[in-house]
Amino acid sequence: MQAAPLSGGFANTATQSAHAFRSVMEAMARPGTIQDIEGASPPAPLSPAAGAVLLTLCDTETPVYLAGEMDCDAVRSWLSFHTGAPFVGPAQCMFAVGIWDALGPLSIYPIGTSEYPDRSTTLIVDSAGLSASGAKLKGPGIKDYAALFLPELEAFQANNLLFPLGLDFIFTKGSELAALPRSTQISRLDSKAGAQVGAS
Amino acid sequence: MSNYNFAYLDEQTKRMIRRAILKGLAIPGYQVPFASREMPMPYGWGTGGVQVSAAVLTPEDTFKVIDQGADDTTNAVSIRTFFERTAGVETTTATCDATVIQTRHRIPEEALQEGQILVYQVPIPEPLRFLEPRESETRKMHSLEEYGLMHVKLYEDISRHGHIATSYAYPVKVEGRYVMDPSPIPKFDNPKLGDMAAIQLFGAGREQRIYALPPYTQVVSLDFEDHPFEASKADHPCGMCGATDSYLDELIVDDAGGRMFVCSDTDYCEARQAAGHKGKDAA
Repeated sequence: MQAAPLSGGFANTATQSAHAFRSVMEAMARPGTIQDIEGASPPAPLSPAAGAVLLTLCDTETPVYLAGEMDCDAVRSWLSFHTGAPFVGPAQCMFAVGIWDALGPLSIYPIGTSEYPDRSTTLIVDSAGLSASGAKLKGPGIKDYAALFLPELEAFQANNLLFPLGLDFIFTKGSELAALPRSTQISRLDSKAGAQVGAS
Repeated sequence: MSNYNFAYLDEQTKRMIRRAILKGLAIPGYQVPFASREMPMPYGWGTGGVQVSAAVLTPEDTFKVIDQGADDTTNAVSIRTFFERTAGVETTTATCDATVIQTRHRIPEEALQEGQILVYQVPIPEPLRFLEPRESETRKMHSLEEYGLMHVKLYEDISRHGHIATSYAYPVKVEGRYVMDPSPIPKFDNPKLGDMAAIQLFGAGREQRIYALPPYTQVVSLDFEDHPFEASKADHPCGMCGATDSYLDELIVDDAGGRMFVCSDTDYCEARQAAGHKGKDAA
């Protein structure tokens, strides 16, 4: 299963990372939309989408935290070879990668400071259930409402309350991704009358 | 083209700019610091916009550059040629055909669509800079949401001129949080900033700041209840195409005080003329 560390990167870095970035940017600018991303073949358990996001955004200047099972030799050596990113603990990272259950609790990540809210972690939640159902999203980038499956609601609602501080999320699975910036308000998607009560 | 990396900048620089763009989109209106590079053009010629464009362009994009609405001014022509040479992208002057539009001081008249990206060249990104020169202080003011000084400035306009005389770079509040400089667009364009379908990215090269507005973001021009914001323009129709809804430039046509008003958006004006609209000064 494991690809050798030297393979699986972008064959043509300039154009493939440009395309990959546009997917990430569209996802971050339009929370709830699901975008295709391709070009990377990382070793398991990293998904191709998460691998492409890391190749697009990470280099020697971006400390990365590998959560849970992601912290294995295969991922470490692949990421080291292709990006040179240093591996750190959650309190120092700019990017964190892992499955949702391994990433928590969210309180361990930097959320930025009031003067520099951008100095916060972007979490790449791998093997996420990507579908346009589940939670109801509202906020910048969303015309009226959008829907996105989220592993839980409370953590993301609490994160939104920190705005303009907070964490940003990229959900990846297979060769697709979606994103949830801190600015998005989240409530339970419910056809009943109480649909909007949970809005933060 | 083969002598340059795609879109001129090296990949590490693009990654740094791309990370700043993502944080900017996540915190609408907040100015993200970035390590602006020297570009092969002087500061003030759109180096911030060029760096943002370089970071978002893909080879399949169609690129348009406008300078004060015009496709054919020196700045617009040189930046368009720059990306033709270094990125090999298609270029156009038609607003509707472009996927990435770099602009200096205007928003196109034609409504932008989803899938389009508008990149602004920004000279001074800090709306509070002329009121408070210290970066350490303006940063604190943003963090504390302390924007009273800006309202005092607009109030002084009213007390001196009877109305808010600020006519370009008119400050806006984004999603009820950050006060943002929309770059020196005329205040006529301010209403287009909010609820736009396209992604708006702002790059200030010399000042090393990037900020962004995701689509459909709430953007409100600052004003007072008794002096509401008003998007103003010259009270004339366009002399060439007769449009009454576009922003106009005043041109002096002789040395006897003769003048005419024409659309600042050349693509909009030409498209209207091609469709048979004629203004009073059209030949």
